[in-house]
Amino acid sequence: MLLGTLIYGFVNSAILALLAMGFNLTFGISGVANFAYGAVYIFSGFSAWIFLNTLGFPYVVAVLAAILLAGLMGLAIYFGVILRIKGMPLSEVMATFGLGLAIMELFRYFDFVGFRYTLPVFFDGSLSIGDVYIDYQRIIIGLIAVGLTAALYLFTNHTRTGLALRAIAQDERSALTFGIDPDLVGGLSMAIGCALAAIAAVVILPLGTIAVEGGYEVLINALAVCIVGGLGSTVGILVASVLIGYSQTFTANYLEPHWMMLVSLIAIAIVLVVKPSGLFSHQKELEERI
Amino acid sequence: MKKRKERIDRGIKVRAQDIFALTSYREMLYLLVPGAIPVVGLLCFAPMLSNYWREVIISTAIYALLAISWDMLMCAGLLSLGQSLFFGIGSYLAGSLNHYLGLPPILTIPLATIGGGLICTLLLLPVLRLRGIYFAMVTLVLPLMLSRLVEATRILGGTEGLTGLTPFPNQLTAVFLIQIVLLVTLFGFRRIKGSDYGLVITGISDNDRSVMSAGINIQWYKAQVVFLGASVGSFAGAFGTHMDMFAGMPGFALDYSIMPVAAAVVGGVGTFFGPLIGAFILVPLSEALRALGALRIVFYGLFLVIFVVGIPEGIFPYIQRKYQQVERWVDVT
Repeated sequence: MLLGTLIYGFVNSAILALLAMGFNLTFGISGVANFAYGAVYIFSGFSAWIFLNTLGFPYVVAVLAAILLAGLMGLAIYFGVILRIKGMPLSEVMATFGLGLAIMELFRYFDFVGFRYTLPVFFDGSLSIGDVYIDYQRIIIGLIAVGLTAALYLFTNHTRTGLALRAIAQDERSALTFGIDPDLVGGLSMAIGCALAAIAAVVILPLGTIAVEGGYEVLINALAVCIVGGLGSTVGILVASVLIGYSQTFTANYLEPHWMMLVSLIAIAIVLVVKPSGLFSHQKELEERI
Repeated sequence: MKKRKERIDRGIKVRAQDIFALTSYREMLYLLVPGAIPVVGLLCFAPMLSNYWREVIISTAIYALLAISWDMLMCAGLLSLGQSLFFGIGSYLAGSLNHYLGLPPILTIPLATIGGGLICTLLLLPVLRLRGIYFAMVTLVLPLMLSRLVEATRILGGTEGLTGLTPFPNQLTAVFLIQIVLLVTLFGFRRIKGSDYGLVITGISDNDRSVMSAGINIQWYKAQVVFLGASVGSFAGAFGTHMDMFAGMPGFALDYSIMPVAAAVVGGVGTFFGPLIGAFILVPLSEALRALGALRIVFYGLFLVIFVVGIPEGIFPYIQRKYQQVERWVDVT
């Protein structure tokens, strides 16, 4: 029982971390809270499904195409909508939220509802650790979450583009004097964020069916992890996803399942009251309270 | 030849508002007509509508009240993403007073308005020190948490909610009641914002440190603003409860948080008229789109994007500008 809870808690944490990564990257760099994030996630799931089943692409090509498409969509959202209202956070939230609503409900209109809409797992089968059975897909989720975090770390710390992204995040004016174009970097951060959402979708969605409602849940989960961890902090979202992931799994296993959501919400509320900018954020004390 | 747009206040605006020398009927009308439009529009137009559209007007007015209450909090720099907290508390308070104690709506609504305002203010008191996005996040989480709490502990009817509450005697009473409250709130809040008190509140949102250094206790002012906003929100909740004869978890639904913010952003933040206009565009729009079936929400989302991107300042400031200023192109030399 305890071993199972520990293992599934880890998988749950990995899922949360994967979900939050893209949202966090976009927010951390361009300061845009992308409320169309859940819609992009669902969009990538369905587009991968269409590439696979309707157009008959091989699996690898279909997945890569879905990820690329999500990235392009991110660019389109940034240059089509966000750039026009840059610097008005509330308008950004409202516009991306409206866009996400439109995308998700469009899928519902075209009747993308039901159990047929599933993505295939990478490998079939399961593994037993002690007396706990765990399927390969969940193990792969864990591995990909760890791998992607490492890759993102290397990208943002050791490549020119990654450093440009961080420069904009830290001080936009100084970055400008070094010839970094903030609009381009903002668009890039949006594209990468959306591509990360697509990766998460391709990896996580095989566990269940692709459902429009999932988009809203993804957005709320991503928000929760980012709030607890501190918006824009990478270490923060790892710690926060472990915290929320384990607390959810433990309450689900040892208490009734409908306390699960309550526990994570209370965790969020406590973190917000005690240390509003999250556990690992670099915000100044004065910015968060007076 | 480069040109730029120049905007100059109309002479009539300067005389009527800044100097305040009303010398003719034209100038008096210039001041009065904009204020009279919502009054005449709401009170005379609504009774002529069919039953169905009266229902729409009522739900529009509920959202408009929540949006105006959101705007009041925004004036003090408190960004709230949880108007459904106010709505839900007001709804449960009126519902349980009616259900358990059997009080009539004429008592439950005022009690729920004041009581809901107090409860919400007490709930938010510990986090009033938070600023900006952090306050917003707490308010977003609170209603979700309370609805889960009701679900998990099964108090106040649990997931079933409280049903069979006393309705209003007839629809027209309800329409007039909510419209009068809406107008009183609208003009009252505008009056408050125009007074010295409003100056302090706006100061808190512009620069809270300098207000503090003027020896003003900003937490006390913020608490008062939250009480004002929460009372109006709770009234909307209490009213909605008696309208639907039901109080339950849907009162904490995300709809009541998102719609007011959308209305205020579309209409123009900080003007009180803006959120009203926004609500009266968005809610009837979503009803009118009902004919489209499942495509309704798609178009709704797209309209939201178009409004926000097309008129970023908001509809009301845009109209206000056209009304008060002349625009012309001048050469840049």
